[in-house]
Amino acid sequence: MRHLIDIRDLDMREILTLLDLADDIYAKPEDFREVCRYKKLATLFFEPSTRTRLSFEAAMMELGGKVLGFSEAASSSASKGESVSDTVRVVGCYADIIAMRHPKEGAPLAAALHSTVPIINAGDGGHNHPTQTLTDLMTIRREKGGLSDFTIGLCGDLKFGRTVHSLIAALSRCEGVKFVCISPEELRLPGYVRQDVLIKSGAEFEEVSDLAEVMPELDVLYMTRVQRERFFNEEDYLRLKDSYILTPAKLERAKRDLSILHPLPRVNEIDTAIDADPRACYFRQALNGKFVRMALILKLLEEAGK
Amino acid sequence: MNIDAIRNGLVIDHIRAGGAMDLYRLLHLGDMDCTVAIIKNAPSRKLGRKDIIKIDSDRYIDLGVIGFVDPDATINVIRDGKLVDKRRLDLPERIVNVLKCRNPRCITTVEPGLDQVFFLSDRDTHTYRCLYCEAKAELNKK
Repeated sequence: MRHLIDIRDLDMREILTLLDLADDIYAKPEDFREVCRYKKLATLFFEPSTRTRLSFEAAMMELGGKVLGFSEAASSSASKGESVSDTVRVVGCYADIIAMRHPKEGAPLAAALHSTVPIINAGDGGHNHPTQTLTDLMTIRREKGGLSDFTIGLCGDLKFGRTVHSLIAALSRCEGVKFVCISPEELRLPGYVRQDVLIKSGAEFEEVSDLAEVMPELDVLYMTRVQRERFFNEEDYLRLKDSYILTPAKLERAKRDLSILHPLPRVNEIDTAIDADPRACYFRQALNGKFVRMALILKLLEEAGK
Repeated sequence: MNIDAIRNGLVIDHIRAGGAMDLYRLLHLGDMDCTVAIIKNAPSRKLGRKDIIKIDSDRYIDLGVIGFVDPDATINVIRDGKLVDKRRLDLPERIVNVLKCRNPRCITTVEPGLDQVFFLSDRDTHTYRCLYCEAKAELNKK
Protein backbone atom coordinates (compact mmCIF):
# COMPACT_ATOMS: atom_id res chain seq x y z
CA MET A 1 0.00 0.00 0.00
CA ARG A 2 1.42 3.36 -1.05
CA HIS A 3 1.15 6.20 1.48
CA LEU A 4 2.56 9.72 1.71
CA ILE A 5 4.10 10.10 5.15
CA ASP A 6 7.28 11.95 4.30
CA ILE A 7 8.08 13.92 1.13
CA ARG A 8 11.05 11.56 0.70
CA ASP A 9 8.52 8.79 -0.01
CA LEU A 10 8.29 10.35 -3.49
CA ASP A 11 11.22 10.57 -5.85
CA MET A 12 11.71 13.77 -7.88
CA ARG A 13 10.25 12.22 -11.01
CA GLU A 14 7.05 11.37 -9.13
CA ILE A 15 6.93 14.85 -7.60
CA LEU A 16 7.25 16.50 -11.00
CA THR A 17 4.57 14.22 -12.45
CA LEU A 18 2.26 15.19 -9.57
CA LEU A 19 2.95 18.89 -10.14
CA ASP A 20 2.23 18.45 -13.86
CA LEU A 21 -1.09 16.81 -13.01
CA ALA A 22 -1.88 19.60 -10.51
CA ASP A 23 -1.18 22.18 -13.23
CA ASP A 24 -3.47 20.27 -15.62
CA ILE A 25 -6.27 20.26 -13.04
CA TYR A 26 -5.69 23.97 -12.38
CA ALA A 27 -6.01 24.68 -16.11
CA LYS A 28 -9.05 22.46 -16.79
CA PRO A 29 -10.81 21.53 -13.53
CA GLU A 30 -13.96 20.52 -15.43
CA ASP A 31 -12.11 17.50 -16.83
CA PHE A 32 -11.70 16.08 -13.33
CA ARG A 33 -15.13 16.74 -11.81
CA GLU A 34 -16.31 13.13 -11.81
CA VAL A 35 -13.08 11.12 -11.51
CA CYS A 36 -13.60 10.25 -7.83
CA ARG A 37 -17.32 9.69 -7.95
CA TYR A 38 -18.40 7.18 -5.26
CA LYS A 39 -15.01 7.52 -3.50
CA LYS A 40 -14.68 8.74 0.07
CA LEU A 41 -11.92 10.65 1.79
CA ALA A 42 -11.73 10.47 5.60
CA THR A 43 -10.13 13.51 7.21
CA LEU A 44 -8.88 12.46 10.66
CA PHE A 45 -7.73 15.67 12.30
CA PHE A 46 -6.57 15.07 15.86
CA GLU A 47 -5.29 18.64 15.92
CA PRO A 48 -7.09 21.80 14.77
CA SER A 49 -6.54 22.97 11.21
CA THR A 50 -8.40 25.24 8.87
CA ARG A 51 -6.74 25.44 5.52
CA THR A 52 -5.24 21.97 5.31
CA ARG A 53 -8.46 20.19 6.27
CA LEU A 54 -10.64 22.43 4.10
CA SER A 55 -8.30 22.14 1.14
CA PHE A 56 -8.36 18.33 1.41
CA GLU A 57 -12.14 18.38 1.63
CA ALA A 58 -12.49 20.85 -1.23
CA ALA A 59 -10.04 18.77 -3.28
CA MET A 60 -12.08 15.58 -2.84
CA MET A 61 -15.36 17.36 -3.51
CA GLU A 62 -14.01 18.91 -6.71
CA LEU A 63 -13.02 15.43 -7.86
CA GLY A 64 -16.61 14.33 -7.39
CA GLY A 65 -15.96 12.34 -4.19
CA LYS A 66 -17.35 12.60 -0.69
CA VAL A 67 -15.78 13.42 2.65
CA LEU A 68 -16.24 12.18 6.21
CA GLY A 69 -14.18 12.57 9.38
CA PHE A 70 -13.57 14.68 12.45
CA SER A 71 -11.73 17.90 13.13
CA GLU A 72 -10.55 17.48 16.72
CA ALA A 73 -9.41 14.57 18.86
CA ALA A 74 -12.17 15.21 21.41
CA SER A 75 -14.81 14.13 18.89
CA SER A 76 -13.03 10.89 17.98
CA SER A 77 -12.38 7.58 19.75
CA ALA A 78 -8.91 8.88 20.60
CA SER A 79 -10.58 10.58 23.54
CA LYS A 80 -11.51 7.08 24.75
CA GLY A 81 -7.91 5.94 24.41
CA GLU A 82 -8.06 4.24 21.00
CA SER A 83 -4.70 3.91 19.23
CA VAL A 84 -4.18 5.55 15.84
CA SER A 85 -3.57 2.16 14.25
CA ASP A 86 -6.95 0.89 15.49
CA THR A 87 -8.62 4.09 14.35
CA VAL A 88 -7.33 3.78 10.79
CA ARG A 89 -8.13 0.09 10.59
CA VAL A 90 -11.73 0.93 11.39
CA VAL A 91 -11.89 4.01 9.18
CA GLY A 92 -10.40 1.95 6.33
CA CYS A 93 -13.67 -0.02 6.39
CA TYR A 94 -15.61 3.14 5.55
CA ALA A 95 -13.31 5.27 3.39
CA ASP A 96 -11.04 4.78 0.37
CA ILE A 97 -8.26 7.13 1.50
CA ILE A 98 -7.34 8.92 4.73
CA ALA A 99 -5.77 12.31 5.40
CA MET A 100 -4.48 12.46 8.97
CA ARG A 101 -3.18 15.28 11.13
CA HIS A 102 -1.91 14.46 14.60
CA PRO A 103 -0.03 16.45 17.26
CA LYS A 104 2.31 13.53 17.97
CA GLU A 105 5.28 13.08 15.66
CA GLY A 106 5.24 9.82 13.73
CA ALA A 107 1.52 9.16 14.28
CA PRO A 108 0.73 8.92 10.53
CA LEU A 109 3.56 6.40 10.11
CA ALA A 110 2.24 4.35 13.03
CA ALA A 111 -1.16 4.47 11.32
CA ALA A 112 0.22 3.51 7.91
CA LEU A 113 1.85 0.38 9.31
CA HIS A 114 -1.64 -1.07 9.84
CA SER A 115 -3.83 0.69 7.31
CA THR A 116 -5.61 -1.04 4.45
CA VAL A 117 -6.14 2.26 2.61
CA PRO A 118 -3.64 4.98 1.64
CA ILE A 119 -2.68 7.39 4.42
CA ILE A 120 -1.70 10.97 3.69
CA ASN A 121 0.22 12.77 6.42
CA ALA A 122 -1.49 16.13 6.81
CA GLY A 123 1.01 17.23 9.47
CA ASP A 124 2.47 15.42 12.49
CA GLY A 125 3.55 17.66 15.33
CA GLY A 126 6.70 19.60 14.49
CA HIS A 127 7.91 16.82 12.23
CA ASN A 128 6.65 16.65 8.63
CA HIS A 129 4.00 18.17 6.40
CA PRO A 130 4.52 16.68 2.93
CA THR A 131 1.37 18.03 1.26
CA GLN A 132 2.34 21.56 2.26
CA THR A 133 5.65 20.83 0.58
CA LEU A 134 3.93 19.75 -2.62
CA THR A 135 1.99 23.02 -2.40
CA ASP A 136 5.21 24.98 -1.89
CA LEU A 137 6.95 23.22 -4.77
CA MET A 138 4.01 23.85 -7.09
CA THR A 139 4.04 27.52 -6.09
CA ILE A 140 7.79 27.96 -6.54
CA ARG A 141 7.65 26.23 -9.91
CA ARG A 142 4.75 28.37 -11.10
CA GLU A 143 6.30 31.60 -9.81
CA LYS A 144 9.93 30.95 -10.80
CA GLY A 145 9.40 28.73 -13.83
CA GLY A 146 11.37 25.80 -12.38
CA LEU A 147 12.80 24.12 -9.31
CA SER A 148 16.50 24.71 -9.83
CA ASP A 149 19.14 27.41 -9.53
CA PHE A 150 17.73 29.79 -6.96
CA THR A 151 18.42 30.93 -3.41
CA ILE A 152 15.71 30.36 -0.84
CA GLY A 153 15.59 32.03 2.57
CA LEU A 154 13.77 30.02 5.24
CA CYS A 155 12.85 32.36 8.05
CA GLY A 156 11.41 31.98 11.55
CA ASP A 157 10.91 28.78 13.49
CA LEU A 158 13.16 26.28 11.77
CA LYS A 159 13.26 23.95 14.76
CA PHE A 160 9.59 23.05 15.05
CA GLY A 161 8.54 24.25 11.59
CA ARG A 162 7.51 21.01 9.94
CA THR A 163 6.80 22.72 6.62
CA VAL A 164 10.41 23.87 6.50
CA HIS A 165 11.76 20.38 7.23
CA SER A 166 9.76 18.79 4.43
CA LEU A 167 10.57 21.60 1.99
CA ILE A 168 14.31 21.27 2.62
CA ALA A 169 14.06 17.49 2.15
CA ALA A 170 12.51 18.06 -1.27
CA LEU A 171 14.56 21.01 -2.53
CA SER A 172 17.87 19.48 -1.43
CA ARG A 173 17.31 17.01 -4.29
CA CYS A 174 17.07 19.82 -6.85
CA GLU A 175 20.02 21.28 -8.76
CA GLY A 176 21.59 24.55 -7.70
CA VAL A 177 19.30 25.43 -4.79
CA LYS A 178 21.04 27.41 -2.05
CA PHE A 179 19.46 27.53 1.41
CA VAL A 180 19.74 30.49 3.75
CA CYS A 181 18.36 29.46 7.14
CA ILE A 182 17.32 32.54 9.13
CA SER A 183 16.33 31.97 12.76
CA PRO A 184 17.22 32.79 16.35
CA GLU A 185 19.86 30.46 17.83
CA GLU A 186 17.19 28.57 19.81
CA LEU A 187 15.11 27.80 16.73
CA ARG A 188 17.79 26.45 14.41
CA LEU A 189 17.15 23.37 12.27
CA PRO A 190 17.07 20.03 14.14
CA GLY A 191 19.91 17.56 13.56
CA TYR A 192 17.87 15.20 11.41
CA VAL A 193 17.40 17.98 8.86
CA ARG A 194 20.73 19.78 9.15
CA GLN A 195 22.96 16.73 9.33
CA ASP A 196 20.97 13.98 7.65
CA VAL A 197 19.43 16.02 4.84
CA LEU A 198 21.31 19.25 4.14
CA ILE A 199 24.87 18.16 4.84
CA LYS A 200 24.39 14.70 3.32
CA SER A 201 22.94 16.16 0.12
CA GLY A 202 25.90 18.46 -0.35
CA ALA A 203 23.57 21.43 -0.85
CA GLU A 204 24.98 24.87 -0.22
CA PHE A 205 23.53 26.41 2.93
CA GLU A 206 24.20 28.96 5.63
CA GLU A 207 22.63 29.67 9.03
CA VAL A 208 22.17 33.31 9.96
CA SER A 209 20.07 35.33 12.36
CA ASP A 210 19.71 38.63 10.46
CA LEU A 211 17.01 38.67 7.78
CA ALA A 212 17.84 42.18 6.49
CA GLU A 213 21.45 41.26 5.86
CA VAL A 214 20.64 38.38 3.49
CA MET A 215 17.52 39.86 1.87
CA PRO A 216 19.25 41.11 -1.34
CA GLU A 217 20.46 37.62 -2.31
CA LEU A 218 17.10 35.83 -1.97
CA ASP A 219 14.97 34.66 -4.90
CA VAL A 220 12.39 33.02 -2.65
CA LEU A 221 11.59 33.97 0.95
CA TYR A 222 9.71 31.34 2.95
CA MET A 223 8.32 32.93 6.09
CA THR A 224 7.03 30.83 9.00
CA ARG A 225 5.17 31.51 12.21
CA VAL A 226 6.69 30.85 15.62
CA GLN A 227 4.10 28.34 16.82
CA ARG A 228 2.86 28.70 20.38
CA GLU A 229 1.58 25.09 20.40
CA ARG A 230 5.08 23.67 19.91
CA PHE A 231 6.51 25.22 23.07
CA PHE A 232 6.33 23.59 26.49
CA ASN A 233 7.42 26.87 28.04
CA GLU A 234 5.27 29.98 27.47
CA GLU A 235 8.15 32.22 28.48
CA ASP A 236 10.31 30.93 25.61
CA TYR A 237 7.45 31.45 23.17
CA LEU A 238 6.90 35.05 24.26
CA ARG A 239 10.60 35.80 24.00
CA LEU A 240 10.92 34.42 20.45
CA LYS A 241 7.54 35.06 18.83
CA ASP A 242 8.37 38.44 17.32
CA SER A 243 11.87 37.57 16.12
CA TYR A 244 11.05 38.30 12.48
CA ILE A 245 8.38 40.59 11.11
CA LEU A 246 8.48 41.28 7.39
CA THR A 247 7.59 44.89 6.61
CA PRO A 248 7.61 46.97 3.40
CA ALA A 249 10.73 48.72 4.71
CA LYS A 250 12.59 45.42 4.99
CA LEU A 251 11.60 44.55 1.42
CA GLU A 252 13.27 47.66 0.01
CA ARG A 253 16.55 45.79 -0.46
CA ALA A 254 14.88 42.67 -1.86
CA LYS A 255 14.98 41.58 -5.50
CA ARG A 256 12.18 42.86 -7.70
CA ASP A 257 11.21 39.29 -8.60
CA LEU A 258 11.40 37.88 -5.09
CA SER A 259 8.63 35.37 -4.28
CA ILE A 260 7.32 35.52 -0.71
CA LEU A 261 5.74 32.30 0.50
CA HIS A 262 4.12 31.44 3.83
CA PRO A 263 2.30 28.20 4.70
CA LEU A 264 -0.25 30.26 6.68
CA PRO A 265 -1.79 31.00 9.07
CA ARG A 266 0.24 34.09 9.79
CA VAL A 267 0.00 36.03 13.00
CA ASN A 268 2.11 39.14 12.61
CA GLU A 269 5.23 37.89 10.85
CA ILE A 270 4.16 39.46 7.53
CA ASP A 271 2.79 42.99 7.66
CA THR A 272 -0.60 43.07 5.89
CA ALA A 273 0.69 46.04 3.87
CA ILE A 274 2.74 43.51 1.88
CA ASP A 275 -0.35 41.60 0.73
CA ALA A 276 -0.84 43.96 -2.20
CA ASP A 277 2.78 43.59 -3.33
CA PRO A 278 2.94 41.31 -6.40
CA ARG A 279 5.83 39.49 -4.75
CA ALA A 280 3.43 38.17 -2.07
CA CYS A 281 2.52 34.65 -3.24
CA TYR A 282 0.95 33.18 -0.09
CA PHE A 283 -2.68 33.40 -1.13
CA ARG A 284 -1.90 31.97 -4.57
CA GLN A 285 0.03 29.30 -2.66
CA ALA A 286 -3.08 28.41 -0.61
CA LEU A 287 -5.04 27.97 -3.84
CA ASN A 288 -2.32 25.76 -5.31
CA GLY A 289 -2.67 23.55 -2.23
CA LYS A 290 -6.11 22.41 -3.30
CA PHE A 291 -4.97 21.44 -6.80
CA VAL A 292 -1.90 19.56 -5.67
CA ARG A 293 -3.96 17.63 -3.09
CA MET A 294 -6.40 16.73 -5.88
CA ALA A 295 -3.46 15.35 -7.86
CA LEU A 296 -2.18 13.41 -4.84
CA ILE A 297 -5.56 11.86 -4.03
CA LEU A 298 -5.86 10.74 -7.65
CA LYS A 299 -2.37 9.23 -7.68
CA LEU A 300 -2.73 7.31 -4.41
CA LEU A 301 -6.20 6.00 -5.26
CA GLU A 302 -4.96 4.90 -8.66
CA GLU A 303 -1.95 3.11 -7.14
CA ALA A 304 -4.19 1.43 -4.57
CA GLY A 305 -6.32 0.15 -7.45
CA LYS A 306 -9.40 1.97 -6.21
CA MET B 1 40.55 -12.30 41.23
CA ASN B 2 39.17 -15.53 39.75
CA ILE B 3 35.94 -15.98 37.89
CA ASP B 4 35.11 -19.54 36.85
CA ALA B 5 35.51 -20.32 33.17
CA ILE B 6 32.25 -20.94 31.37
CA ARG B 7 31.46 -24.08 29.36
CA ASN B 8 28.80 -22.87 26.97
CA GLY B 9 28.02 -19.22 26.54
CA LEU B 10 29.42 -15.83 25.68
CA VAL B 11 32.13 -13.54 26.88
CA ILE B 12 31.64 -9.92 25.92
CA ASP B 13 35.13 -8.47 26.14
CA HIS B 14 36.75 -5.07 25.61
CA ILE B 15 33.73 -3.16 26.87
CA ARG B 16 34.80 0.40 27.64
CA ALA B 17 35.26 0.78 31.37
CA GLY B 18 31.95 1.68 33.00
CA GLY B 19 29.84 0.38 30.11
CA ALA B 20 29.04 -3.11 31.42
CA MET B 21 25.98 -2.10 33.39
CA ASP B 22 24.44 -0.36 30.36
CA LEU B 23 24.85 -3.57 28.35
CA TYR B 24 23.62 -5.69 31.26
CA ARG B 25 20.41 -3.68 31.28
CA LEU B 26 19.94 -3.35 27.50
CA LEU B 27 20.53 -7.08 26.93
CA HIS B 28 18.04 -7.86 29.72
CA LEU B 29 20.63 -10.05 31.40
CA GLY B 30 18.93 -9.49 34.75
CA ASP B 31 16.03 -11.59 33.44
CA MET B 32 18.24 -14.64 32.84
CA ASP B 33 18.48 -17.43 35.38
CA CYS B 34 22.02 -18.52 34.44
CA THR B 35 25.28 -17.29 35.92
CA VAL B 36 26.20 -13.83 34.67
CA ALA B 37 29.48 -12.30 35.80
CA ILE B 38 30.32 -8.64 35.42
CA ILE B 39 33.95 -7.71 35.72
CA LYS B 40 34.57 -4.00 36.02
CA ASN B 41 37.78 -2.06 35.51
CA ALA B 42 39.88 -5.04 34.50
CA PRO B 43 43.36 -4.11 33.27
CA SER B 44 43.61 -3.97 29.48
CA ARG B 45 46.66 -3.44 27.28
CA LYS B 46 44.49 -1.93 24.56
CA LEU B 47 42.11 0.18 26.62
CA GLY B 48 43.90 0.69 29.93
CA ARG B 49 40.77 -0.42 31.78
CA LYS B 50 37.88 -2.44 30.44
CA ASP B 51 34.72 -4.23 31.52
CA ILE B 52 33.86 -7.83 30.71
CA ILE B 53 30.58 -9.73 30.88
CA LYS B 54 30.47 -13.53 31.03
CA ILE B 55 27.18 -15.28 30.35
CA ASP B 56 27.04 -18.97 31.19
CA SER B 57 24.21 -19.91 28.86
CA ASP B 58 23.82 -20.81 25.21
CA ARG B 59 20.35 -19.32 25.07
CA TYR B 60 19.82 -16.88 22.18
CA ILE B 61 20.54 -13.29 23.06
CA ASP B 62 19.94 -10.45 20.57
CA LEU B 63 23.36 -8.83 20.62
CA GLY B 64 22.70 -6.26 17.92
CA VAL B 65 22.51 -3.39 20.36
CA ILE B 66 26.15 -3.93 21.38
CA GLY B 67 27.29 -2.45 18.07
CA PHE B 68 25.41 0.73 18.96
CA VAL B 69 26.46 0.97 22.60
CA ASP B 70 30.08 -0.07 22.26
CA PRO B 71 31.35 -0.86 18.75
CA ASP B 72 34.79 -1.82 20.12
CA ALA B 73 33.45 -4.65 22.26
CA THR B 74 34.25 -8.19 21.11
CA ILE B 75 32.10 -11.29 21.40
CA ASN B 76 33.70 -14.61 22.27
CA VAL B 77 31.52 -17.67 21.76
CA ILE B 78 32.42 -20.60 24.04
CA ARG B 79 31.33 -24.17 23.34
CA ASP B 80 32.40 -27.09 25.56
CA GLY B 81 34.84 -24.80 27.29
CA LYS B 82 36.57 -23.81 24.04
CA LEU B 83 36.61 -20.54 22.13
CA VAL B 84 34.86 -21.33 18.82
CA ASP B 85 34.20 -17.82 17.47
CA LYS B 86 35.47 -14.34 18.15
CA ARG B 87 33.98 -11.33 16.46
CA ARG B 88 32.98 -7.71 16.58
CA LEU B 89 29.43 -6.70 15.90
CA ASP B 90 28.65 -4.49 12.98
CA LEU B 91 26.16 -1.69 13.52
CA PRO B 92 22.68 -3.17 13.12
CA GLU B 93 20.38 -1.51 10.58
CA ARG B 94 17.59 -1.47 13.17
CA ILE B 95 17.34 -1.68 16.94
CA VAL B 96 13.93 -2.86 18.08
CA ASN B 97 12.48 -2.59 21.58
CA VAL B 98 15.80 -1.94 23.26
CA LEU B 99 15.88 1.85 23.48
CA LYS B 100 13.01 4.21 24.18
CA CYS B 101 12.44 7.42 22.27
CA ARG B 102 13.00 10.38 24.56
CA ASN B 103 11.18 12.94 22.40
CA PRO B 104 8.08 13.89 24.41
CA ARG B 105 6.32 14.74 21.14
CA CYS B 106 6.81 11.24 19.69
CA ILE B 107 3.77 9.01 19.14
CA THR B 108 5.55 6.21 21.04
CA THR B 109 5.18 8.19 24.27
CA VAL B 110 1.40 7.87 24.19
CA GLU B 111 0.97 4.52 22.44
CA PRO B 112 2.85 1.91 24.44
CA GLY B 113 1.77 -0.88 22.09
CA LEU B 114 4.06 0.42 19.34
CA ASP B 115 7.45 -1.21 18.81
CA GLN B 116 10.29 1.14 19.70
CA VAL B 117 12.25 1.10 16.45
CA PHE B 118 15.47 2.98 15.74
CA PHE B 119 17.18 2.92 12.35
CA LEU B 120 20.82 3.56 11.48
CA SER B 121 20.79 7.01 9.89
CA ASP B 122 24.54 7.66 9.73
CA ARG B 123 27.07 4.85 9.87
CA ASP B 124 30.05 7.21 10.19
CA THR B 125 28.74 8.89 13.33
CA HIS B 126 26.90 5.79 14.65
CA THR B 127 23.71 7.82 14.69
CA TYR B 128 20.40 6.07 15.18
CA ARG B 129 17.05 7.81 14.88
CA CYS B 130 13.53 6.97 15.95
CA LEU B 131 11.60 5.46 13.04
CA TYR B 132 8.55 7.57 13.91
CA CYS B 133 9.81 11.03 14.86
CA GLU B 134 13.50 10.83 13.79
CA ALA B 135 14.77 12.00 17.19
CA LYS B 136 18.34 10.88 17.83
CA ALA B 137 18.72 7.73 19.91
CA GLU B 138 20.18 8.17 23.34
CA LEU B 139 21.03 5.57 25.91
CA ASN B 140 18.35 5.51 28.56
CA LYS B 141 20.43 5.72 31.74
CA LYS B 142 18.67 4.68 34.89
